[in-house]
Amino acid sequence: MSVVEIKNLTVQYPSGRALDNISFSINENDFLGIIGPNGAGKSTLFSCMLDLNSDYQGEIKFFGKNIRKSKKYLKEIGYVPQKPIFEKNFPATVKEVVRMGLKKGSDEKRVDDVLQEVWIHELSHRRIGELSGGQQQRVFIAKALVGNPKILILDEPVTGIDKQSTELFYSILGDLNKKQNITIIWSSHDLDAVNKLANKVACLDRTLFFHGVAEEFFGNEDLVKQYSEASMQKHMHHHAET
Amino acid sequence: MTLEILSYGFMQRAIVSGIAIALLCSVVGLFLVLRRYSLFGDAIAHSSFGGIAAGLLIGIYPLWTAYAVSLLSALIITRIRQKFDISGEAAVAVLLSSGIAVGLILISISGGFTIDIFSFLFGSILLVSVEDTILILSLTGAILIVILLLYRQLIYSTFNEEQAKVSGIPVEKINYLIVFIAGITVVTSIQLVGILLISALFVIPNVTAIMYGRSFKQTAILSSSFAVSSVVIGILLSYVLDITPAGTIVLISITILATTMGLKSLGLMNRSSFTVQPRAK
Repeated sequence: MSVVEIKNLTVQYPSGRALDNISFSINENDFLGIIGPNGAGKSTLFSCMLDLNSDYQGEIKFFGKNIRKSKKYLKEIGYVPQKPIFEKNFPATVKEVVRMGLKKGSDEKRVDDVLQEVWIHELSHRRIGELSGGQQQRVFIAKALVGNPKILILDEPVTGIDKQSTELFYSILGDLNKKQNITIIWSSHDLDAVNKLANKVACLDRTLFFHGVAEEFFGNEDLVKQYSEASMQKHMHHHAET
Repeated sequence: MTLEILSYGFMQRAIVSGIAIALLCSVVGLFLVLRRYSLFGDAIAHSSFGGIAAGLLIGIYPLWTAYAVSLLSALIITRIRQKFDISGEAAVAVLLSSGIAVGLILISISGGFTIDIFSFLFGSILLVSVEDTILILSLTGAILIVILLLYRQLIYSTFNEEQAKVSGIPVEKINYLIVFIAGITVVTSIQLVGILLISALFVIPNVTAIMYGRSFKQTAILSSSFAVSSVVIGILLSYVLDITPAGTIVLISITILATTMGLKSLGLMNRSSFTVQPRAK
């Protein structure tokens, strides 16, 4: 059963087209890895899906309903951004940050449960700004999970995080998908991790040039090569500009 | 001596009103400081100067016109910030100078500075009436109840607007609510320290508390304690030394901040510092 349907999604910025006629759907309990070079439109796609950008053409449906008509779907979504922006010295403990994601009337015990799930309970009374990047990302995944979401959306969540924390993060994601049946939509540059974790792959470079089962993508050398070359070119171009 | 001072009615009203205002300013100020709106209180206070001058000119109780002008200015400036590409600090500067400009023109029309104007500029907590005290207590109670009811939405949207929005929190409405509350708080507090020193009550106790506090709740409690102590000690000391209460209150809160910074620089405190910078657009 489709939980997300995207039809003919186009986003035009003054500087150019960020997404061009994208259509795909995501089934319940899918683990979708969205890959694409820098500037491929992954974050733009997420901002449209999360109703942070409504300046698009086309249609996005969550649970069969157009998101322009109903925002109730947001209650079923957990979102982990690439690098959460917050005041470094914001006086909030890990527990207080996770509690922000708790739905009205929910059991407070849920906060302790998710802190245990993501292996961060020992840090629950530390100030959020004192934690490492990897620990902070686990706090943000806990905050996303505390509201019992049906879908978890993660935008390159391990950027700038050390290898050990990244592996722990990936194992948590795998468990959430397999043991708790949470649908995961995850953008990443890490092809090996996508190959290991995702059952579906969407390959994006402003247009969608592949969407299907992961084995099909990774079993097709031409597709992987095409992606790697496009990614490398964009990477070089990005560095030349900066 | 202290007991004798407290037996005077004007002193009782000053202390009760002062404690209420201190609680209000520290709690509302914590949200403003963390949103990098530190000077917003100052800007609203300056815009209220125009309202006070208008009230004095047309013969309406100046605080009523100050409430109207401050709330209007706060809402307009928030709308302008959302609609046009103007940074927070520039918007604050525009609001601040336009309030003073309007006020000066209205005062010159009405015949120059009077004792009333000076009491609004520098505060007159020892002159608060029973009616003023009731109004201050009512507004403080109402605003603190609203903050408690919307605690999660307020703290979440202050922590990260984008994530709060994704969680279904009506962030724009919350932003308007905060400036609305800040507008009411500023005008309510004018009687305590006056227009010129108002932002000290919003900013200094919070900057101090952020250095000590580990959690949001702890920081809010510490900030309120620092603000209440400064106000009570400031009022009593100013009476004993026969000096202005507004300046004394602010200097005491600065002393607490300076002591905290001293302890920190001597390595006696294990908390990170908090610098107040304009919010990046």
